[in-house]
Amino acid sequence: MPDDITVLVNGRTLAVPQGATVAAAIVTAGTYCRDSVKGEPRTVLCGMGICFECRAEVDGKPHQRTCQIICVSGMRVSTQDRMSR
Amino acid sequence: MSVATYDVVIVGGGIVGVACAYECAQRALRVALIEQDVIGGGATAAGMGHVVVMDDSDAQFALTRYSQQLWQELRRELPAEVEYEQCGTIWVAADEDEMSEVLRKHAYYSRRGVPVEVLRALDLERIEPNLRKGMTGGLLIPEDGVLYPPCAAQFLLESALLKGATLYSGSTVSRIGSGQVYLSDATTLSAAVVVNAAGASAPALTPGIEVRKRKGHLVITDRYPGFVHHQLVELGYLKSAHSVNADSVAFNVQPRQTGQLLIGSSRQFGAEHKDVDQEIMWRMLQRAQEYLPALAKTSAIRAWTGFRAATPDKLPLIGQWPADPSVYLATGHEGLGITTSLATARLLADQITGKASAIPIEPYLPSRMASLEHAHA
Repeated sequence: MPDDITVLVNGRTLAVPQGATVAAAIVTAGTYCRDSVKGEPRTVLCGMGICFECRAEVDGKPHQRTCQIICVSGMRVSTQDRMSR
Repeated sequence: MSVATYDVVIVGGGIVGVACAYECAQRALRVALIEQDVIGGGATAAGMGHVVVMDDSDAQFALTRYSQQLWQELRRELPAEVEYEQCGTIWVAADEDEMSEVLRKHAYYSRRGVPVEVLRALDLERIEPNLRKGMTGGLLIPEDGVLYPPCAAQFLLESALLKGATLYSGSTVSRIGSGQVYLSDATTLSAAVVVNAAGASAPALTPGIEVRKRKGHLVITDRYPGFVHHQLVELGYLKSAHSVNADSVAFNVQPRQTGQLLIGSSRQFGAEHKDVDQEIMWRMLQRAQEYLPALAKTSAIRAWTGFRAATPDKLPLIGQWPADPSVYLATGHEGLGITTSLATARLLADQITGKASAIPIEPYLPSRMASLEHAHA
């Protein structure tokens, strides 16, 4: 699709539509956002910045609420879980 | 109707109450514990869980050190979720005045057999690189530790129950006295000894005791593992914790096992409402950033308040209440209840069972309050 942009999710290039949230990109990449303190997987839940479940690292800044951030071409996203380390 | 009878009924399931239940049950006393809400859900859950030796007075030193050693003895039995970690405290000196206090404390602790180490400016920079450059030095107390108080309280409760103690959960106590405990659901318990361990609420059950609420705020961040490695406290803390009336804030940051940072602290008298006070929280966070500038880039996820049970002479009340010989007090621990809970329980159980204690008990006896009143008059 001509309107797609590309971002990096855990180092892999991924095409997403313009206007997609980072949380959507993480879901599209087939993974989740972070591990809880007890090591359980957490991902986007409320989608409106309230529940804080979708935190991940965006462009080097940890603990960002990814449902509130729109993807920008070349953005680097890292999920905060054991799988990605 | 039959009245349930115990040797000891303890009112209040905070860390002090459950420690007392655990100790009394260990000594084969018939024990009941009453908690109106959640075990360890009051000041216990609100505090930092810093297991710290303090030296505001010789009596405070004796109690905190004794109790810290009891925690160390118990350490092997503590389940992982108690998160006991001997991370050490660093008292940070920002200027030469505070550095002279480091040297005084060093001499005081050394004389009493507590391992301590004086840190110079370069040592501090190396050990805690996130501290602002230009600090004068500090004092490292390696045996200080941290734990997660609600889980510690739960562990002590379960240990007490295994030893035969009884828990009355969700029951509110309306009155105690003359060996009776009256619950608001019309149940009455009878006991030779009734322990008031209701923290800052203790005066409601035992009018006349000098315990006041001293409100505190805490903030916790998201996970930043390795941001700091010790509990870091400003030496100015002593000045602010000492000032008895004014609202105060002091830098006090603790690393949790999860990588989160607990940020304190504040002290307020006369603030009775549980709400977070934005102005004092702001001052507290500003103070923390003066010591750890990179905190500004971290994100906080939660803030809350709690009420310390403060006494005029900064020592807890442990022992018989002169106005009613069946009532014993175990309250007034202010900001040191987690640290001193185990020693409090020992001293209380020693008095109940007529045993000699490991440290002199006189500084903590409630009967001292009568002489304090004379001193104030």
